[in-house]
Order: sequence, then C-alpha cells, then structure tokens
Amino acid sequence: MKAINKSDFSKFVDDLIENDEREVVGVQSKSNEFAFDPLRSAEDLRLDYDVTILPPKKYFMPQRETLVEYNLDEGNTTPVNQVVPRIIMGIHPYDLVAIEQMDKVFEDTHEDPHYLEKRRQSVLVGVNMNSVSDWSFAHTMGTATTDTGYDLMLTDIGDRYAVEVGSSKGSNLLEKAGNAVEDITPEGIKKVKKFKEELPKKFRKDPQFDPFELPSMLKNYYGKDEFWEEHAEDCLSCGTCNLVCPTCYCFDVQDVNDLSLEEGERLRTWDGCMLEAFAEVAGDENFREEKAGRYRHRYMRKGRYMYNRFGDIACVGCGRCSEQCLPDIADPVEVFNDMKEGTS
Amino acid sequence: MNAEDSLYNPQQARIIGKRKLTDDTKLFELELENGDRLNQDPGQFVELSIPGVGEAPISVTSSPTRGLPSFELCVRAVGNVTNALHERSIGSTVGIRGPYGEGFPTEELQGHDLLFIAGGLGIAPLRSLINYVLDKRDKYNDVNILYGCKRPCEQMFEDEVNHWARRQDIYHEATVDFCPDNVCWDGNIGVITQLIPGVDIDLENTYAVVCGPPVMYKFVLEELDKKELPHEHIYLSLERRMKCGLGKCGHCQINGAEEVLYACQDGPVFNYDRVKGFEEAV
Repeated sequence: MKAINKSDFSKFVDDLIENDEREVVGVQSKSNEFAFDPLRSAEDLRLDYDVTILPPKKYFMPQRETLVEYNLDEGNTTPVNQVVPRIIMGIHPYDLVAIEQMDKVFEDTHEDPHYLEKRRQSVLVGVNMNSVSDWSFAHTMGTATTDTGYDLMLTDIGDRYAVEVGSSKGSNLLEKAGNAVEDITPEGIKKVKKFKEELPKKFRKDPQFDPFELPSMLKNYYGKDEFWEEHAEDCLSCGTCNLVCPTCYCFDVQDVNDLSLEEGERLRTWDGCMLEAFAEVAGDENFREEKAGRYRHRYMRKGRYMYNRFGDIACVGCGRCSEQCLPDIADPVEVFNDMKEGTS
Repeated sequence: MNAEDSLYNPQQARIIGKRKLTDDTKLFELELENGDRLNQDPGQFVELSIPGVGEAPISVTSSPTRGLPSFELCVRAVGNVTNALHERSIGSTVGIRGPYGEGFPTEELQGHDLLFIAGGLGIAPLRSLINYVLDKRDKYNDVNILYGCKRPCEQMFEDEVNHWARRQDIYHEATVDFCPDNVCWDGNIGVITQLIPGVDIDLENTYAVVCGPPVMYKFVLEELDKKELPHEHIYLSLERRMKCGLGKCGHCQINGAEEVLYACQDGPVFNYDRVKGFEEAV
C-alpha cells in the first residue's frame, strides 16, 4: 500500500487535468448534492461526499449514445462508437461493485463494444466512504468496501490518502504522481484498518435481512400479489428508481433525424422497467401493464434473476432509489424488511 | 469502428418482392446486399430497420429449404416501422440484423406427427416451419394444420392454404370467428379451439406447435390439456418487444418466480413445459 500527502494529491489531480490527454472527471458538489462531472480544478473534487445523484455508469452507458449514423437518402448506415477516455475520480466501493456487475452483462451473450470500449479506456479511482448517506445500506449488502473493481483506491487517513493499487492501469496512473508517492507507514496501515472497521457504525438504516436470503425470499413472495400491490400502490411509474440505479442497464434504441432531414443517428437511450410502456408492443398489447407487476419485476431482477444469471445480488445498497423516489416507496430496506417479517 | 465490430449496425437488404396479403398485411421478399444468405432456422426473427423511423423485430416467414438466396417477412402495419416498411417500394433497401433467437426444434420434431395451430398473424412464423416440414416431408409423420382468423378476408397465403387443403398427406382445417353474409366461406365458423377436438392425436407421437395472438394461447393450451398431450410436446412461439435481439436491452423478459427468460435469446420459440411456470409467459 502507498500513501500520498493530500496537498500532493491535489497537485497530482491538477497536473492530470492540465496535462493528461484523458478527460478527468470527479465528484463535485452540485447545489446540496453531489455529482460526477468534468473537473476544472482539484479544489472542486469532493472525496468526502456521501452519494452522487447519478452513479458513474453514465460514463460507460451514457444517457444517449450514437450506435449508428445513417443517411436518409441513401439509406446506408455507419457504426459509431463514441469513446472518451477518462480518469474517473472518487468512486465509492458500492458503485465499483455495480460496475463489475454491469461488465458481466455487456460481456455476456454478445460482447457490446459500445460499453466495453468505454470501460477499457477508463481509469477508476475509488475512494472509501468518508460520509454515508441516510439511505445507504451498503454495509449490509457487503459493498461498503471492496477488494476489486478499482484501478486505484484511496482512503482518507488524515493528512494523507492511503492508496491501494488494483491494476496496471492504476499503477501507471500513480507513476505520474512521481516522488509524491511514498510507501505507507505501519501507522498508516493501522489507520486504514481502523477506518474500515468503524465504517459500519456510520450507517443509519436498519436492514433486518441478509443479502443471501434475498433470492429465496423473492421466490416465495413472487406470487403474493397483495404484497406487491400494497407496496406499489403509490408508484408513479416515473422510472426514477431505474435511472439512478447503478445496476439498471435496460435501454431503448431510437432513430433521431437531424434538422437537415438528410442524416440522423440511431441512439441508445436509458429506459426503465417501471415505465408503463416498457413491455408494450405495437398493436397496444402490454405484457406487463400493471404497476404492481412492474414493481415486482424490478425487485425480482435485483434480488433473484441477476443472481441466477451471474451470481450477483444486483442491489448494492447505495440508497439512491430510496432517496429520490417521490412517493417514497422505493426503499429496498423497507421492502426486504417487510418480506423478512412476513417470512419469520 | 469496423462495421463487423458493431452489434447494432444492420446489413443492407433490398426489397425484391412485395405482395398484399390482407388489407393491413404484406409479404416482403428481401435479399441481403452482400449476397449472403440469411441462413435462418425456422422460427427465428430479424431486427428490421428503416433509417429515421427505427427498428422492430419481425419473424422470418420463409423456410431456409426453398433454395433461394432471398427470405420473406410477413408484416402487418401496426407500428411506426411496419407502416414505413409498407410504404417502401420494390428496389429500395432496409436494414436487417440477425437472424436471432431459438427457432423450432426441427430435429426433435423429426419422425413425429405434427399439429400446427396458427391464429391470425401467428401463421407467419409457423409458415417457416410448415414449409420446412413439407420440403422434408418424408422425415415427418402426419401433418395437421389448424388455421384461424377473425374473418375470411384476413386469411393469408391463400395459394398455400389451398395447396394444404388439396394434399392428401395433410389434415387441414380453417376457421373464422365471423363471416359476413355477403362473403363466401366454406370453412368452419368459430374460434380455433373448436377445431382441436377433431384432430386425431396420438399422444405418444404428436407435437403441437402454436402461434397466435396473446389471448389465444391459454384457450388452445386448455384444449390440448383435454387431449392430454404432454406439455413437453408443445412448442409456442411468443411475441415480445425484442428491441435489441441480443439479450441486453431488457424489454423482452418473461418473468416467473424462479427465473426470467429472454424471448430474444431463450425464445421466441419455447417448450411449453419449460415456460408454463412463468406467470408472464401465456
């Protein structure tokens, strides 16, 4: 493990912003919240944040991305892959776990170059959680810390960041900090250990379940229509929970013509299984038209289907869906606690 | 980016034939511009796209056995893409990705009696298998075809239907839900399930292959249950919103208590025994 003095780290970040060919993005404050955005100065980087509005998935699977360009007269199409190489600063462990899960999705069945090339050309600099959102339950989901998924991982140990190197991409990046990087002292290692040990105390949610129970609990609850109808009663089918979720990846593909009406782009855009038209086909048949059915589908995806397919519980406990749900019905802790209570 | 590296860049295909089947449904014959054959299995689908309009999954209705470099799509004009396709003339091009999905199990069906049950546009995917079987007639036993439509004017592939009716080695019955007084119709009148009791089913040896509108499956399956046809001997072709065809976009999932199926990867053709536990399947 390495360490770097905080002021040297700021210089390192400023140097990257100034001189690295890649775009440097990081967590910054945005009104009363936090967001990943391009960095103009190391001063703007807030490694003490609790949670960002959107997860960093937007860098690998943007809200809108061009898959194909076409010419309307000739009808010919040209594939496009818009890759911006990036250094992403300040990813919390739960989001790193989510990215690892999403990698599997886009590698499986057919490798998706649009996602995978963006991943390959990104460097992920993680940071252990200094503050914890009121809604987070990452400690319960086992994602409050992680040993994988990062290229570099920072831990705030007072006047320094402890730095763990997770890959050659990470060590290449750290080399750019030159002499500022030192071997961590035994005392520094103790601080990192203490930091991780004390982290669970910072969580304020009270989950009563174990993540490994979720696949079987969900299987048992699948047919309990009343449970889903009750929990989904106030759902607005707005899809916010999908959009802010770091493991949601469903998408739509749409053609958008430019104003000349000569050319256009086939775009991949984010979609959400909570939206009413998600499973609708032409001719108005909707294969999941009840909001309770859509609500259930989302939970089944998170806690059972993805587990079946990849061995992952696809809820990393970030709490974004809970925090941003307008009618306040999306909190997985409430839903899983209710299931647990009904089961025992 | 190389064209072959993109999963989403379609091949160009030229419309070389276009024929009206009903008021809202047309048959399109297409050829890939690069000269390749589509090489589809019966029951597979393609993603058809029209630049500026979008992309939609369409089942291939022609059999690969016909020896032609072209393939056929039977398309009802119900959405943006399908309406735009109907406007396209012979000689123009469209985009094609695929073929995708699991088609009908042609090998498993060999040596067995077959019962085809098609409702409305459900004839489109079934026709690929029916013609496949007729082209390899000696590999299959009895062939029974039940075909139901709302009205006589909605019956498609009239030449082929007449041909099935004439052939001694095919049991064929057609029905319509309703026949206007001024229309000549010598088939049955009533829902397709009424035709099932009349079919001579050898339980050990018969496979049923079913495709129709979503509402049809439940009733057809009830009738087949009365016949006590084993569920492993029933294949269903299910329509879903197969937006990407690649098992990624999430739209075509069919969920159940145990697991989830992707119509574009696990289907669109499913064994009934496999999907019957899935609440969203039928």
